[in-house]
Amino acid sequence: MKRMIPSSQWANKGLQLVLAVAAVGATTMQPSHAQEKVLRIAMTAADIPRTLGQPDQGFEGNRFTGIPMYDALTHWDLSSADKASVLIPGLATSWSVNANDKTKWTFKLRSGVKFHDGSPFNADAVVWNVQKVLDKDAVHFDASQVGVTASRMPTLRSARKIDDLTVELTTSEPDSFLPLNLTNLFMASPSHWQKKFDAAQGATPADKSKLAWTAFASDAAGSGPFKMARFVPRERLELVANKDYWDAKRRPKVDRVVMLPMPEANSRTAALLSGQVDWIEAPAPDAMAQIRQRGFSIYSNPQPHVWPWQLSFAPGSPWLNKDVRHAANLCVDREGLRTLLGGMMGVPKGTVPPGHPWWGNPKFDIRYDVKEAQALMQKAGFSASKPLKAKVQISASGSGQMQPLPMNEFVQQSLKACHFDIEFDVIEWNTLFTNWRQGAKDASARGAHAINVSFAAMDPFFAMVRFTSTKTFPPVSNNWGYFGNDEFDKLIADARSTFDDRGRDAALAKLHARIVEEAPFIWIAHDVGPRAMSAKVKGVVQPRSWFIDIAPMSID
Amino acid sequence: MIEFLIRRVIYAMPIMLGVALVCFALVHLAPGDPLVSILPPDASQELQQKLRALYGFDRSYPEQFVSWIARALQGDLGVSIATSRPVLDEVLKAVGNTLRLAALATLIGFILGSLFGFVAGYFQNSWVDKLASLTAVLGVSVPHYWLGMVMVIVFSSQLMWLPASGAGPSGSDLWQWNWEHIQHMVLPALTMSVIPMGIISRTVRALVADILAQEFVMGLRAKGLTDLGILAHVVKNAAPTALAVMGLQLGYLLGGSILIETVFAWPGTGFLLNSAIFQRDLPLLQGTILVLAMFFVVLNMLVDMVQTLLDPRIARG
Repeated sequence: MKRMIPSSQWANKGLQLVLAVAAVGATTMQPSHAQEKVLRIAMTAADIPRTLGQPDQGFEGNRFTGIPMYDALTHWDLSSADKASVLIPGLATSWSVNANDKTKWTFKLRSGVKFHDGSPFNADAVVWNVQKVLDKDAVHFDASQVGVTASRMPTLRSARKIDDLTVELTTSEPDSFLPLNLTNLFMASPSHWQKKFDAAQGATPADKSKLAWTAFASDAAGSGPFKMARFVPRERLELVANKDYWDAKRRPKVDRVVMLPMPEANSRTAALLSGQVDWIEAPAPDAMAQIRQRGFSIYSNPQPHVWPWQLSFAPGSPWLNKDVRHAANLCVDREGLRTLLGGMMGVPKGTVPPGHPWWGNPKFDIRYDVKEAQALMQKAGFSASKPLKAKVQISASGSGQMQPLPMNEFVQQSLKACHFDIEFDVIEWNTLFTNWRQGAKDASARGAHAINVSFAAMDPFFAMVRFTSTKTFPPVSNNWGYFGNDEFDKLIADARSTFDDRGRDAALAKLHARIVEEAPFIWIAHDVGPRAMSAKVKGVVQPRSWFIDIAPMSID
Repeated sequence: MIEFLIRRVIYAMPIMLGVALVCFALVHLAPGDPLVSILPPDASQELQQKLRALYGFDRSYPEQFVSWIARALQGDLGVSIATSRPVLDEVLKAVGNTLRLAALATLIGFILGSLFGFVAGYFQNSWVDKLASLTAVLGVSVPHYWLGMVMVIVFSSQLMWLPASGAGPSGSDLWQWNWEHIQHMVLPALTMSVIPMGIISRTVRALVADILAQEFVMGLRAKGLTDLGILAHVVKNAAPTALAVMGLQLGYLLGGSILIETVFAWPGTGFLLNSAIFQRDLPLLQGTILVLAMFFVVLNMLVDMVQTLLDPRIARG
């Protein structure tokens, strides 16, 4: 029988051809836009966060399509890596509450600001942007933007123009948190939207409005330091510098920013190492050493991202005894956990760190002290032969959940030394997230005594109020464990109704101190938001925030 | 033949309806809130109910299904909850990207699979057979996402020969058939081709070995036919079955791969499904699954027709 396979010579020729093709590939892998200063970023999101003004995808959305493209009335100060990120004026230069009616606020607006389409920013624009999410009768009302906006400004009800540069905002009840909440309301250009609306083909104004918002998302106009240049859904967003940005300190130093969604950590890491991008969010943890070795920089800083066990105070819960709660907080070897995570974790002392305006010097010091923890457990009637049994609902993965399985198992082992016998109920992330709204008494908790859902602690409502008020018991909000009493309701009311910034922060500090002392959580970790960048990216400041300012960065 | 075609189309209709029903039921039975992508965890009950009503999720499942299928029949698959973009546009764009990737993967998988299978079958029990069979077994056994990651580490991170991810230097909408773009396809297409290559190789090997053992081949040899002539007969006899397997594999490839497209950030149907699943974007999930399922149904019909053309006995049966 004749051989019908290629000869070894053919094979050699084939190999030569493959190598030649690969060599051509290697030489043609040059970055595009070589003449421009381009910063390429790989995000963890699986899709470009929404670009129409109110981003989705959690705070990663605000970070990449909110803050760079848009301004809000108030901003977070992202200029320092050492100090807590505090509130600063944005499109509003000042604000005050009405002395007689504390539900009415007056905001003075910045003059001379223009949207990217050239139209002026003024009081009409503020009213329009409030209506887009709160006024169902407004033609530009967009249901898809309501969810991510309204709950972050739970008391805002309406806006009224007083003059071109003054606007009055009304809340449902006196609420000193409003200026903080307003960092989440980004100002889109009404006139640019109107052009999209006029061009839309729809049977009814509502149909035209939907089409206008879809068109606006592909060609958006805010007033931020970067303008939208190109949008390929699910693939890339390109922004170019807004050279006329009103804040000279935040005028971009790079010409173009390219954002790419890459949900898989190893893919992001490979993209960085192969030179395809200059910056990746959340590198693969086991690649940190290699990333450093190859000359890339890793930035991290504890951010208001709390990774706790939220405890149940439902009848029969083992956490009803404060000594037990304190013992658990004293028994977690957080430094050991930090080692496990390659250093990519902040060790918490509470929901906010010491030095933060809301810290408040709590009397209970969260630390690692096994002996004291054991003593507290003995006092509560538990021992090695009679351990405390508790069940915790956790997820195997999830946005912001860091590495839930190894972390929870580490904590489980840590607590074992103090007579805790912990059982896990591992469920899918979105289901856990949904259960978080249902509460510990709901069937969805399946008898769990704690839940592990990480959370943002940027503003007082998100950080503290929703977990400690009797008004936020499930299903209203996330007080999953039903923690709360008159004392906490009063502390919250005091903070909400104190309208000077210092007084409000002092009231919040009292609230925080009491939360730490009562320990409705086991505070386990603060995320540090690791990101890796090429050494050619300069001027990077990683603030103590979920956000980061791209505008001051440059690229060699 | 015409009668056969009409019969196949009629058979396909209840299948399509069943597929739509299963697809709708599956995405609604899965745990999680369909509004999770636009509703933060602390949203009030009032806000949740308001949005549920605005998106029509407050209606009964039969009502939702009828409304969805009625719109789908008119080519309207609704809009994505997460992005507000029309689902059909999203799916068609993703299908285009997956087709592009699948075309290359098909080319690699089918050519190599047929070659290895044929060689292994023709030279049964020789070292060539063992090598080709080993390659085929590895092809179907190695987890392809793992293989993808290994290739990324070798060819992108270490050698820096090929890009690690994406669908071109400027996005898939500016795609061109030049090396600058094609290089983005090389690693995902190679990874994607491994399974069909293995399956086709094993199928073709078995077919060739079986045909070569049949009496008519001995008869052909006795008549003095050359190896090339015998080869032509073997190919003709193996083609219908091999084609059926290839059709199925093509269907799988056209359906995209969630794992491969996620690893390589390739914006195809797999990447779209991954995103829709994680965001619980029900309209997008339903629409994508429906379109992909329809692909399978249509593809099976086409394969049946081609088989009938190659072997008229099938139509008579």
